[in-house]
Amino acid sequence: MTVTTVTTAVTGAVGTAHTRLEGRDKVTGAARYAGEIPYAELAHGWLVVSTIARGRIRSVESAPVLDMPGVLAVLHHGNAPRVNGDYAGMLGRPDPIVAPFQHDRVPYAGWPVALVVAETSEQAREAAEALVVRYDEEPHDVAFSAGHPGTYTPENSPHMQAETEKGDLEAELAASAAVVDAEYTTPEEHHSPLEPHAAMARWDNGRLEVVDSNQGSMWVADELAKLFSLDPASVRVRSEHVGGAFGSKGVRPHQVCAVMATTVLHRPVRVVLTRRQMFSLVGYRSPTAQRVRLGADADGRLRAFDHQAHCLTSTVHEFVEPSAGVGRVMYDAAAHHTVNRVVPLDVPTPTFMRAPGEAPGSFAVESALDELAEKCGMDPIALRTLNEPDAGPVSGLPFSSRNLLACFQEGARRFGWADRDPRPGLHREGRWLLGTGTAAASFPSGAAPSTAAVTAEADGTFTVRITAADVGTGARTALTQIAADALEVAPERVRMRIADSDFGPAMVAGGSMGTRSWAWAVMAAVSELRERLSLGGGIPPEGITARSNTAEAVGALPSRERHAFGAQFAEVAVDVTTGEVRVRRMLGIFAAGRIVNPLTARSQLVGGMIWGLSMALHEEAFRDKASGGHVGADFAGYHFAANADVPLIEADWVDDPDDDDPVGIKGIGEIGIVGVAAAIANAVWHATGVRHRHLPIRPDRVLLAGAEPGGGRDARSRR
Amino acid sequence: MAQSTSSVITLNVNGEKRTLPVDHRTTLLDALRERLDLTGTKKGCDQGQCGACTVLIDGRRAVSCLQLAVAAEGREITTIEGLADGDQLHPVQQAFLDLDGFQCGYCTPGQICSALAVIEEHAAGWPSAATTDVRPEAGVPPLTADEIRERMSGNLCRCGAYVSIVQAVARAAGVETAQAAPALPQQGRTEEGTAA
Ligand code: FES
Ligand code: FES
Repeated sequence: MTVTTVTTAVTGAVGTAHTRLEGRDKVTGAARYAGEIPYAELAHGWLVVSTIARGRIRSVESAPVLDMPGVLAVLHHGNAPRVNGDYAGMLGRPDPIVAPFQHDRVPYAGWPVALVVAETSEQAREAAEALVVRYDEEPHDVAFSAGHPGTYTPENSPHMQAETEKGDLEAELAASAAVVDAEYTTPEEHHSPLEPHAAMARWDNGRLEVVDSNQGSMWVADELAKLFSLDPASVRVRSEHVGGAFGSKGVRPHQVCAVMATTVLHRPVRVVLTRRQMFSLVGYRSPTAQRVRLGADADGRLRAFDHQAHCLTSTVHEFVEPSAGVGRVMYDAAAHHTVNRVVPLDVPTPTFMRAPGEAPGSFAVESALDELAEKCGMDPIALRTLNEPDAGPVSGLPFSSRNLLACFQEGARRFGWADRDPRPGLHREGRWLLGTGTAAASFPSGAAPSTAAVTAEADGTFTVRITAADVGTGARTALTQIAADALEVAPERVRMRIADSDFGPAMVAGGSMGTRSWAWAVMAAVSELRERLSLGGGIPPEGITARSNTAEAVGALPSRERHAFGAQFAEVAVDVTTGEVRVRRMLGIFAAGRIVNPLTARSQLVGGMIWGLSMALHEEAFRDKASGGHVGADFAGYHFAANADVPLIEADWVDDPDDDDPVGIKGIGEIGIVGVAAAIANAVWHATGVRHRHLPIRPDRVLLAGAEPGGGRDARSRR
Repeated sequence: MAQSTSSVITLNVNGEKRTLPVDHRTTLLDALRERLDLTGTKKGCDQGQCGACTVLIDGRRAVSCLQLAVAAEGREITTIEGLADGDQLHPVQQAFLDLDGFQCGYCTPGQICSALAVIEEHAAGWPSAATTDVRPEAGVPPLTADEIRERMSGNLCRCGAYVSIVQAVARAAGVETAQAAPALPQQGRTEEGTAA
């Protein structure tokens, strides 16, 4: 055929609503997730996790279990294949959770101690429950508090400075006309993707094949190769559909155990985590204890900003929830101090969970800003407007774009903020006290090197291959729109193939960097392809393929403060006789670059806001100090927002152009949750006159705090 | 005498009779997913707390993870795979697709099966916890957004697709107009003085 990619007009797919490419498969049940693909001779693995919080395994009494019907193997520290857990992966040295069954130590409750493999899942499950494991128990410590004697300040990492400091904090606080000094806490929270982690592993002609549910198939393939000392080319990981991830779906015991078992048994093995096991095996958000001190002149101008955030980690790996990062972007002051500190305990290692750092950090900072506005007698939006920085408060770098105020203006207009009487505890409707609140949101807009391949097929269509992941974000559809526009063809002519490690290295779906990074690689490959097609000539049967690698381009991006911004608004009703808090409506306005697909973007932003609502009012995992394990590690004990908890929520966006940016797209997966809990807590204060500084704002906390028309009271911290 | 731990049963799924041997411990959910290759029905918790495994049994919604397969014999089971008419999506499926009533899609088959039942339960005059007047003579309550939210609350969605799920159910039920008007900006507020 004649080579042409140019239609009569630019298609303009980007910016118009497209239903999801895989949507039909998802509403008919045809879409197959990782644990749903049949294999001949498939065996089923069931994990057994520790019942003690610290100690040693004395014995795993597998003999009686091996006699049970259908049981094929019991893997444990005494017989499991050895793996190398001491390597440098994408995130540095891995959490030892990726190397189960290598020693007899138990570092926390819920640590994997055995894998039972059987012909059917019923047999595996019964045998796993029958397996007796004996332990030598040691005393444990799972009690998190900011004052814990083991608290330390971590080393600076390339991802995050532990501590930043400028100016004389005490002097500026002393010179301030208004000072806020308050402590905020957030509880342990769990990702809880609705699809449990699942992986099938098998050896196929000397290649390891893994069908998985993950956020990055290349990432998982690379680390499995390192763990099992395999040639990376001999590992293939695919993850076509993913039933939610939110940071929890990286390298986890399910894949590693499936690979161990298939290696031992020479047949395909599937391992699916149970909901209960997910509470200790896939990471979670650390609880936080944060102190914020703000000092301002009488007109509201900040002189002092201090944010000291504490989180926990396990005794085997350090993960720091970087809550104190918020102020490094949002607010400047002559004296400015931010620090993340960490307390190691006998608990599982926490991990990235939707807006790590920003979600809990913004609760503290944006609540404190509201308290400062009250002290200064200022409107909370006016206070934030006054304190907009010209450059990064810590880095001094210019912002690539910062349209926070446009978000507040548009949000205030649509929400009806101008009519608000700022005095708290005045608005009553029957048994409900009503209030409104607002908060700012920000989230970094990074990019990471990725590769992509685009093929011009002989039939006039195009195939894009990239190891992207669509975890429900709509990435598959968005990348198709981007490719179509770059090719100047209709999206129907583009075939998008993702989530296969054979397509080469690419950013994972994480850090709100996925779509931005992948789009860059796709656009680069298309531009290379178009150059080659412009030379003319026919397209051979195998097509013409162009490849891209954005490593150099990403590295050449000038240093800037690059972030998405947003303004959150919430209206709540509080029944002080039952303690119930109902969110009546929420509005979020965001500045997040070019919006590729308004339909799915709105879903993602609203979904994030629902996470914020859920964080504000519902989510809280309980750890029992005596056993060291969770109480109620299920969806009854760990409630996240259900349909009836959620009102009409609206998300929209303002123009956020950045002409110097080669992609123009910012991530939107995380910004939606940021600031929501503060907006709701600020609204609860406006309704009741009581400051709630401890999440979630449970009925018992509201009841005990009562209501104070004068606005003078603080809800006490109590569990 | 050796105890029998399995039986051969016949399940009536989506109008088709399927005969299979099942371990007595097998849930209806696992029989559908693992034995009949009907993986559209999802397993989110396996303990009756999320609704992802919702199917219709004799026309009523039920969580299939809490049903034993042997107990489902002789009953009419409808799963997500049985809703579309060939290429023609069921109106509930179409509404979920058009209004983006999902993100990852994992809760979606359960949501759709539940939505089907919600629309029927409502039409049959069943009240919910959100129904303000439950006297029989009050008749069928209007299918407001709050009614839909309440009736759909047995189906968790971690992606937070609830807002468009409510819109999709309303559209499929033909009550779209009741959902369309957003509550923005503030309205209907009574303000009392500082003495309140
Ligand atoms: S899987 Fe049945 S209710 Fe969750
Ligand atoms: S769409 Fe992901 S859980 Fe509902």
